[in-house]
Amino acid sequence: MFKLLPDADRATVSVVINGRSVAVPPGCSAAAAMLLHGGGVTRTTAISGSGRAPYCMMGVCFECLMEIDGEPNQQGCLVIVSEGMRINPQLGRPGIRN
Amino acid sequence: MSLQYDLAIIGAGPAGLSAAISAAGAGLKVVVFDEQPAPGGQIYRNIEAVSATRKAQLGWLGADYAAGLELVRRFRAATVDYLPLSQVWQLGHDGRVCYRRDAAAGVVHAQKILIATGAMERPLPIPGWTLPGVLSCGAGQTLLKASGLAPDGRFVLAGCGPLLLLLAAQLIRAGVRPTAVFETAFNPWAALPHLPGMLGLPAYLFKGLGLLREIRAAGVPLHRGVTRLAIHGQGRACEIEFESGGRIGREPVDGREPVELVFLHQGVVPNGNLALSTDIRHQWDDLQRCFRPTLDDCGRSSSAVLSVAGDAGGIVGAAGAAAMGTVAGLAVAADLGRIDAPAAANLSADARKLLARHRAARPFLDHLYRPAQRWVAPPDADTVVCRCEEVSAGDMRRVVQAHNCPGPNQLKSFMRCGMGPCQGRLCGLTAVELIAETQGVSPAAVGYYRIRAPVKPVTLGDMAALDVPTREDAVHM
Repeated sequence: MFKLLPDADRATVSVVINGRSVAVPPGCSAAAAMLLHGGGVTRTTAISGSGRAPYCMMGVCFECLMEIDGEPNQQGCLVIVSEGMRINPQLGRPGIRN
Repeated sequence: MSLQYDLAIIGAGPAGLSAAISAAGAGLKVVVFDEQPAPGGQIYRNIEAVSATRKAQLGWLGADYAAGLELVRRFRAATVDYLPLSQVWQLGHDGRVCYRRDAAAGVVHAQKILIATGAMERPLPIPGWTLPGVLSCGAGQTLLKASGLAPDGRFVLAGCGPLLLLLAAQLIRAGVRPTAVFETAFNPWAALPHLPGMLGLPAYLFKGLGLLREIRAAGVPLHRGVTRLAIHGQGRACEIEFESGGRIGREPVDGREPVELVFLHQGVVPNGNLALSTDIRHQWDDLQRCFRPTLDDCGRSSSAVLSVAGDAGGIVGAAGAAAMGTVAGLAVAADLGRIDAPAAANLSADARKLLARHRAARPFLDHLYRPAQRWVAPPDADTVVCRCEEVSAGDMRRVVQAHNCPGPNQLKSFMRCGMGPCQGRLCGLTAVELIAETQGVSPAAVGYYRIRAPVKPVTLGDMAALDVPTREDAVHM
């Protein structure tokens, strides 16, 4: 879907997307990491279950709601990656947790 | 107890940064909240890092982007409390700002609040626009600026507005060529009477013509007068279908292009949910086809505490927004008695002149790229309007007619449109246009969704942990 341009910062941060360890540039958002390595789908809808991917990348569309480090409903485009971050799509409606 | 400030600014784009610089310069204690990790807003996104380490990118992103560094440097040098990576979820007419940062909620109190939340892209609801692989042009540009990411595989750009052409040119310069560009609005005859206003900013005219030349020189087909677009694919975008009216003397064309990515754009509108949630007075702008707060020439709203500057108050562009921020910041300083009114007027004289030139240029651009009805009120019944709750244009029309819905809040009650996580940001204007069309009235008469705080996600735990006075505290006082 997307590639890193030659001039981009080197991919030195390792994150775990869908259980697979990949490298992304520092300062990259979790949603951008998903577009680079994860096939793009960040959530399935609570209504029909259709797949969605980041649309606006600026915090207004909420299509990149993901599960980040076990925490659901995170806007992936507003979360900056850190070493070892676990990024997973959010499938359907998140449950209620304690 | 919560912290006290003279001025709280929401947003660190051109308007917020300029307001912070001018207000702090007048001696105000200022705090700036912003959702991004670094100052600059969407327009100057990541400008410090790109300037420092990615010289080639800085070159092809262009001079208007590079110019943002100066503003960001002046902001860094100002005495301001700056809270990056924070999300403001509620404002109060008592000067209260509720926000979330580092997975915890906080509250500050300020004598004045300036909303500088900028612009967002007007939705372009077409069949298939919810498919993975379809992004906004703003998203495409953000990926370039923030992370150095570019499309991999066949892609097209579709819609209208300066950003559509700018992104196409920037990607071409980066060595990534779109398969085609589809333009859904281009009205030179409607714009022509407003050309004199545009002549105050000749550089913008030449920039626009230059972008067109670059796209043509790269051999990218530019389809003008597009009358229909649909994106097809199972689980992801695979193909874009188009019909184009062609130009005078040319046959209409239609066709299909295989794609992996589609970038949509239909101009920008105020990013308004925070301002709307405060109940300050708003008005319909028929030329820009959006609601905007009703403001005086210093950005003061109908609330004594709240001001709005930049694109959040009506689209003026980045340089106009920066000028407006300076004017609004100095007006707040004068209102708080820190500088006298003549001094504020004197200090903001240059910014006012610049702002006037940018305001004068808007009608030309607004007419040139004003979307036709079919692009703001989708004719295809199956087109998804509310992406969160998956409500289609056909269902919306049917319910508006069946129940004689006068406005979007009634439609929301029947259909849940606008009740998903985006809180109507991506369906609000389309719902308004659809209701207005079906009812045969003006969008001004239809009104907008009633937006309620919290306007950003916050957990009940965060709210419960807030250090705010409770009812018992009030009784003991």
